[in-house]
Amino acid sequence: MNQPSATSSAAPENSSSGALFLAWAFVGIPLIWGVSQTFVKALTLFQ
Amino acid sequence: MAEASLLDRSRTIAGPGYNRWLIPPAALAIHLAIGQAYAFSVFKKPLGALLSGDPNAPAPADWTPAQLGIIFSIAIVLLGLSAAIFGKWLERVGPRKAMMASALCFAGGFFIASLGVHLHNLWIVYFGYGVVGGIGLGIGYISPVSTLIKWFPDRRGVATGMAIMGFGGGAMIASPLSVALMDHFKASGTGSLGVAATFLALGVIYLIFMQFGVWTIRVPADDWAPAGYVPNPQHSALITSNNVSADNALKTPQFWLLWVVLLTNVTAGIGVLETASPLIQDTFSEKYMGAGRGVTAAAAAGFVGLLSLFNLLGRFFWSSASDKLGRKTTYGIYFGLGIVLYALIPTLGNTLQLTLYVVVACVIISMYGGGFATIPAYLSDLFGKYQVGAIHGRLLTAWSTAGVLGPLIVNFLHESRKAEGFTGAAAYQTVFYTMAGLLVVGLLANFAVTAVNDRYNEKGPVEAEAGGH
Repeated sequence: MNQPSATSSAAPENSSSGALFLAWAFVGIPLIWGVSQTFVKALTLFQ
Repeated sequence: MAEASLLDRSRTIAGPGYNRWLIPPAALAIHLAIGQAYAFSVFKKPLGALLSGDPNAPAPADWTPAQLGIIFSIAIVLLGLSAAIFGKWLERVGPRKAMMASALCFAGGFFIASLGVHLHNLWIVYFGYGVVGGIGLGIGYISPVSTLIKWFPDRRGVATGMAIMGFGGGAMIASPLSVALMDHFKASGTGSLGVAATFLALGVIYLIFMQFGVWTIRVPADDWAPAGYVPNPQHSALITSNNVSADNALKTPQFWLLWVVLLTNVTAGIGVLETASPLIQDTFSEKYMGAGRGVTAAAAAGFVGLLSLFNLLGRFFWSSASDKLGRKTTYGIYFGLGIVLYALIPTLGNTLQLTLYVVVACVIISMYGGGFATIPAYLSDLFGKYQVGAIHGRLLTAWSTAGVLGPLIVNFLHESRKAEGFTGAAAYQTVFYTMAGLLVVGLLANFAVTAVNDRYNEKGPVEAEAGGH
């Protein structure tokens, strides 16, 4: 995973893997829920 | 000098150590919310029966489907217009302020529309969801694009594909969520079949959800680059290291060629999406398939759901693939393969090959979604990352045009065939052949894309100017 390598005047912000997990979960859970709902609906085509 | 607001671009510059993989979730929070627009159709039936109270038996004074269809059309037109108008403002103020503006407009649109439903005043709904909400859609759609490209210069397609995939996924969340909310509020006896209360609730939910994107988004420092990043490793003439401003981009033939590319790809895709449910029911009805073997309304809804999934997957798959294949080749595949598949659809319908028909339609829709997701990276390759958000915003007027043009063409051709006495697959034949013809135009436009002439490039450093810091 790439990290910023160049200089910056802003304060350091070390992003923990926990923050990364929470961020992806925040958007991933609703998305997976929506996709699963659609998938179930799509299955009716094959019944 | 007044202290910069927390929303200002200068307050969003990431410090050393910030993980760039936090940016796609921030972008997704915006796109998953505004993607709700594609699920607006779930409100059409209840909105059309507010006075009668029975969606299956509207009163004479109830709003008609045609009147309700205008709400979505206004929103899509405003999406394109606001993306074009506010693109340069976005580049100046940065993504955080733009995302906040988008959240306020999008949620505000729901609040105003809720009032319109409560008062049974369609003009207020047009203004709320269509105009105010549409502006939120446009600003929100382009708000993370240039930031993602700056964070992922080595994987532009992957990054923009993830965000724009969210726009497709948003409808998948909004559709069942809206139905559940309407059922809940209807059972609670809030009136208006639960629609007004659902609009209010959605406004609140999306306002909160989008705040995650607003406060997570960061822009990289001007001198930042991913570790080990090598610009243009493929040495492609179509990937520039220069920068073209949004105003200058409009003067180039490349911008207008890509406008035609997006227009034709989207118009053709809408041809399938717009008619998906009646298309498969008419083509594979009991009349042709035999008793008990025709495609039912429920199965057709499953077909629409399947197309939505491929629309979503295509956005990520094709856009990511374009990082390896190159954008021009990827669009060449959309158009080249698309022409063959669109031309094949009527034959598959006439010969009643249902499975193959579904597979072909899914591939077509994956390329429709891919077209949306790949275009920001294509623009960035050709014009640089300086004002790519603003250039993308202006290009989205092609989407608005296709949103109006596509359904018009499809309905006109289909109705004409029906009037001539054609039924089943034959009634849609000219629709698909016309769409294949449109893709030929897109193929030629894509083929004509070359590197931008040097005279349009910005002279001197541009990042500080864009960033204002």
